[in-house]
Amino acid sequence: MKNTINQAFHSPKFVFGFVIFAIMLCLAILVPAFSKADPLAMQAAACYRPGTYFSIADAIEAKKYNLKMDIKSHRFDKTLTQEDKDSMVEWLVKFGNVEESEIPADAEEFVVFWINNYKDIKIKGLTNAKKQYYRKLTAKLSAMLKTSDIVIAGEDPDTGELIEENKIEFNSFTNVNDVTVRKTFLLGTDNFGRDEFIELCHAVGTSLKMGLLAGTIATIIGLILGLLSGYLGGIVDDIIVFITNLFTVIPSFVLIILISFSVDQSARGVLLVGIIIGATSWTWTTRSVRSQVISLRNRDHVNMSKLSGHSLIRIVFEDILPYIASYVVMAFILQISSAILAEAQLSMLGLGPATTKVATLGLMMNWAMSAQTPLAGQWWAFLPVIVSIALVAFSLNLMNTGLDQVFNPQLRD
Amino acid sequence: MVVTNTTERKPCLSGRGVTKVFGFGNQKTVAVDHVDFDFREGDIISIVGESGSGKTTISKMILGLIGVTEGEIFFQGQPRDIKTHRKKQEYWKGIQAIFQDPFATYNMFKKIDEVLLDCINMRGGKNLPKEEKERLMTEACSFVNLKYAELTNKYPFELSGGQMQRLMIARIFLLKPKILLADEPTSMIDACSRATILDMLLKLRDEINMTIVFITHDIGLAYYVSDTIYIMEHGKFVEVGKADDVILNPQAPYTKRLISDVPKIHEEWDLSTV
Ligand SMILES: Nc1ncnc2c1ncn2[C@@H]1O[C@H](COP(=O)(O)OP(=O)(O)OP(=O)(O)O)[C@@H](O)[C@H]1O
Ligand SMILES: [Mg+2]
Repeated sequence: MKNTINQAFHSPKFVFGFVIFAIMLCLAILVPAFSKADPLAMQAAACYRPGTYFSIADAIEAKKYNLKMDIKSHRFDKTLTQEDKDSMVEWLVKFGNVEESEIPADAEEFVVFWINNYKDIKIKGLTNAKKQYYRKLTAKLSAMLKTSDIVIAGEDPDTGELIEENKIEFNSFTNVNDVTVRKTFLLGTDNFGRDEFIELCHAVGTSLKMGLLAGTIATIIGLILGLLSGYLGGIVDDIIVFITNLFTVIPSFVLIILISFSVDQSARGVLLVGIIIGATSWTWTTRSVRSQVISLRNRDHVNMSKLSGHSLIRIVFEDILPYIASYVVMAFILQISSAILAEAQLSMLGLGPATTKVATLGLMMNWAMSAQTPLAGQWWAFLPVIVSIALVAFSLNLMNTGLDQVFNPQLRD
Repeated sequence: MVVTNTTERKPCLSGRGVTKVFGFGNQKTVAVDHVDFDFREGDIISIVGESGSGKTTISKMILGLIGVTEGEIFFQGQPRDIKTHRKKQEYWKGIQAIFQDPFATYNMFKKIDEVLLDCINMRGGKNLPKEEKERLMTEACSFVNLKYAELTNKYPFELSGGQMQRLMIARIFLLKPKILLADEPTSMIDACSRATILDMLLKLRDEINMTIVFITHDIGLAYYVSDTIYIMEHGKFVEVGKADDVILNPQAPYTKRLISDVPKIHEEWDLSTV
């Protein structure tokens, strides 16, 4: 046993898979342990970008600094991309009756030139989206040209007059650390305004737990039926093969859908979904365990065990099980990963666990899809989830193939 | 073709019309075809035949490890009854085997001590003190020229083929069964130790009146050890008789061929007939 584990860690595939899996597991365990907050608490409005958010009111009140810096050209350098510039030049040449040579090279002059020449007119051959783009760009650029100070005024309750309360100079700065109230969303927020990162870590944990449950159930059922069917043979074998075939002919996913559909949505917890998936996906384990046992039961080492007077149970546990143990472990790992995938598929169809209690990877996908985040380009709402699902399944499969190399008796020296 | 041996010893194992058919339809193989036999107590019987003639199949049927398609086997004069696992366990107390392939015979996950301890337990030595058990195991190992101290804590796959076969014989030494079916028990042991080990088996026979069914394709070896020889060809016994009669005065053409194929050291080899 110890030897096998040692060998496993000499297989690069296994180690690679294990490292990925361990990282995912650490995130799923440590993050929920350190942030006690409810992962499903809504903290913002829908779908904010990843980043640090800080209070503007605080920033206004914070200590001001003056930096010697050409703010305007800095703004242009930061925001005006080459792509923007190219499309602006294209517009000017095509629709603005301007020679390309007339366009100034300096960023600030270029923007001024653009604002002077750009007209929001009806032009044939320009899509609506493109028109919208130019309109937005122009608004942004003209705001950036402003260099006046910003005055914050309050209204006099008697006269209705505006009274200056605070003035922010054009070139005043504040240190980010001086702004005390802020919040970092590592992966932004989802469509309900929940912290995507925290939610994701909880979801990975929940999905793994569900996968473990489903995998255990499937492996235990599959192992017991496979052993009985393979070792006893005869009528027991016939009955078990019949049931197994019945389950195989109906694709297990259809079965999962039907069962999930018949269970009331509010009653459908993660536990129940795990049980449903586990109870429908054992056929594969049964079949392979059965065929392995059949090929083992007439081997001479089993015969010798019989001649040594061992009982049937002892033969199964000592002479059959150790020989298929590696195989069962591998089947177990695969069952976990396919259960996680099955839950994701099920939730995408809206047949997953109840939506209000916990987050699972599948549910997060479902939420991201129903809020049409991919269309809006809000990648943070779905991409990390997809990557997490892929990483978990990938690492489990890698460990599986790594173990394959280890358990192969040919490699054992 | 019942042996008409006039000795007063009664047969401990007989078969009438014993047949084994593998597969069905087009895939059908008749491995053993209606054979009769009478193995007498204390005899050494050899079954000689070329590869694929059904030697292993008949021994597995005798052991009750595979079913008999047709015919009946008699044990101690009674029709054999091994319908349940319990009854088989009882049957196996008196009949043991050495299998053909030593590499397939051992459970890779069990240490060698366990294999030998199983034998002691089976002989009712479960409650013996530890020292006594170790003494028995050491004795059994030295019987087959193995050193027990070198074997403890080893796994079977750490042994050579010949060592595994010796361990198998050590097992028989501990078990002392009434009947032993030995399927090419010395195929991987060097000629020198082979003679010693065969002599040991013969000694064991004399000590406990063990019946040995010796399966081999080496007719010379069969002549050396056995009282009775069964020549097997394509699942049938083509010649049966006392060793001297069969070897010195063969009747069946197949037997004659087997005998003439034995290479003789002092003759020059005629490669043209190979
Ligand atoms: N489990 C099986 N299924 C189908 N056919 C079998 C099976 N076992 C043996 N046979 C067939 O039965 C025939 C006899 O096989 P058996 O193993 O008894 O030969 P053998 O005399 O022991 O040969 P060898 O000297 O090579 O060990 C062979 O033709 C073999 O193909
Ligand atoms: Mg054989």
